[in-house]
Amino acid sequence: MNQTEGMNSKQMLGHYINKSFQDAREAKANGKLVCWSSSVAPDEFCRAMDIEILYPENMAAAVGAKKGAPDMLKIAEQKGYNVDICSYARVNLGYFELLKEQALTGKTPEALENYVGEPAVLPDVVITSTNLCGTLLKWFENIAAELNIPCIVIDVPFNYERPMPQRMVNYVKGQFEYAIKQLEELCGRPFDYDKFLEVQKQSQRTVAQWDKIASMTSLKPSPFNGFDFFNYMALIVSYRATAGAEETFAKCVEELEEMVKNGQSAFGENEKHRIAWEGIAVWPALGLTFKTFKNMDTLMTGSGYPDIWSLRYTPGDMESMARGYSNVYTNINLEERTKAVEKIMENAKCDGIVYHNNRSCKLMSMVNVDIAEAVQKNNDKPFVVFDGDQTDPNNFSAAQFETRAQALGEMMDAKQAKGGK
Amino acid sequence: MYTMGIDVGSASSKVVILKDGKEVVAAYVAQVGTGTSGPEQALNEAFKQSGLSQQDISKTVATGYGRFAFEDADRQISEISCHAKGVHFQFPNARTIIDIGGQDAKAIRLDKDGNVKQFFMNDKCAAGTGRFLDVMARVLETTVDHLAEYSEKAEFPASISSTCTVFAESEVISQLAKGEKKENIIAGVHKSVASKALALAYRGVIEEDIVMSGGVALNAGVVKAIADQTGMKITVAENPQTIGALGAALFAYEEALKDH
Ligand code: SF4
Repeated sequence: MNQTEGMNSKQMLGHYINKSFQDAREAKANGKLVCWSSSVAPDEFCRAMDIEILYPENMAAAVGAKKGAPDMLKIAEQKGYNVDICSYARVNLGYFELLKEQALTGKTPEALENYVGEPAVLPDVVITSTNLCGTLLKWFENIAAELNIPCIVIDVPFNYERPMPQRMVNYVKGQFEYAIKQLEELCGRPFDYDKFLEVQKQSQRTVAQWDKIASMTSLKPSPFNGFDFFNYMALIVSYRATAGAEETFAKCVEELEEMVKNGQSAFGENEKHRIAWEGIAVWPALGLTFKTFKNMDTLMTGSGYPDIWSLRYTPGDMESMARGYSNVYTNINLEERTKAVEKIMENAKCDGIVYHNNRSCKLMSMVNVDIAEAVQKNNDKPFVVFDGDQTDPNNFSAAQFETRAQALGEMMDAKQAKGGK
Repeated sequence: MYTMGIDVGSASSKVVILKDGKEVVAAYVAQVGTGTSGPEQALNEAFKQSGLSQQDISKTVATGYGRFAFEDADRQISEISCHAKGVHFQFPNARTIIDIGGQDAKAIRLDKDGNVKQFFMNDKCAAGTGRFLDVMARVLETTVDHLAEYSEKAEFPASISSTCTVFAESEVISQLAKGEKKENIIAGVHKSVASKALALAYRGVIEEDIVMSGGVALNAGVVKAIADQTGMKITVAENPQTIGALGAALFAYEEALKDH
């Protein structure tokens, strides 16, 4: 019997997240390989070779949301990792230390017993890509060096030129080919191209459902609460090459369609304003940030962050896949990125936008003010910038966030009153 | 009709009572902020000044860091909108506001109707705020009220390059140890506050007229440093500490009109 029968999409989400960890634990117990992957590295290669995958950034986000980050941060900092390093990296490297200690001593450290996240297992290989930041590279290299395991790096140059020139497509394709070679060596068998094609196709079916959810937010009032992107995201990151993710998102779409049919929406009559959220969520304050806007009858309908995983390409075409993984919006020039934000606001019919100036993620924050100004110049919608951090609660102040959120609401009110909505 | 605005800040509490949305009949600043007797003290004094009592007030709007802690308000509005409102009331031509208070600094851009176009605020950092000046005044064995007198007599501003309050404090101490004149050091401190506040303003576009509000606007040394650095004329708001409360009282008036 289908294990998820009768479940709603949120229950399915929980089910598959747990399953992904369970699969990794079982693989490890049975002597199969486990990989730790960065969130936007292509997972198709490992999946094709039956390697189970865990995602350090996801693990860190989940621990942050469960308010368990401070313990892990402390361990990483004691190990000498600077507080200025991305808190995903610090949370994960702290956790990694504990797992390593357990593996070396056979004893479970107390902090590991108290760990609030889903238990993971140490990797046999890591894979990362430079389509996100440079921190990831050093972080994964450190893990690989400490465990003496292979580190697969998909180097994706930054896209200054648009459209992406052919020589860069060739280069990224070359990176893919080298990764395949590394995996063949690691697994001691030829790469399974048939399975690879199946995985690619699955991945694209999942992405199609993911995009459908996002498209539902163009409805007014919106049936989808954008903060839920931040929950469902866990699956598009970690499970997109499996049927479970596709089924979960399809279920979610079905639920949303049902809501629309019944005249229901996320906030009902109370959808006064709609906003976009630029940047990563503040995981330890996910509830607070959501409620602050909810109390102002303001619904988040668009966000560029979950949109990163709308990774589209043609299965069977390596060049197309190279383009897909290169053109993520963290890896494109300012002009294109500005356009991407504008498009999200337009599609999700946003009245304003909040930018998370994230102490951890310089990659996504340094450009905020420039993007904000350029976007406002074109669409004349109010914006605010708040300082925070995705997982380190020491870098976020609730009162400061509330003031900025309220000011955004007041600016949107003023515009609405003038009829300029 | 009387309306009231109360601005409960981190370091002070301000109350303004307004008659018919036009005339300020009371404005009072208590030098203690949220969580203290400050709000009550400011309220009592404002009633005393105006000869009014709570029953005479049609509507009250609270703003500032402690706005949600003040229970008697009809509405809470952010200090950004309130400052914009207050400054626009006094200076309809204002397009940029630089507000420096006890623990925050903000730069607000206004459109011609006084609506907030953009704003930037400092975050977890005391540099460029009133708190920075408090710390420096203490090291220099004077009080904030006297800082401007000193800097007026400066020959040149001593270099205080650190943004961080703690680092800047050590810089001040080493300048003193080197025998640098207090006047020059204070001018340097003012310059440092000005550049930090302007860094916020430069995140947007600085357009004239520029109006300064907040307690630090009372320090002529900082105002001059801002004028020097921008090369633009800086107008100091009337009773600059009470601008937020004034804006709140104006919003309260609009609320009261809605009920009529
Ligand atoms: S710095 Fe940003 S892109 Fe890099 S790992 Fe952290 S959150 Fe991800």
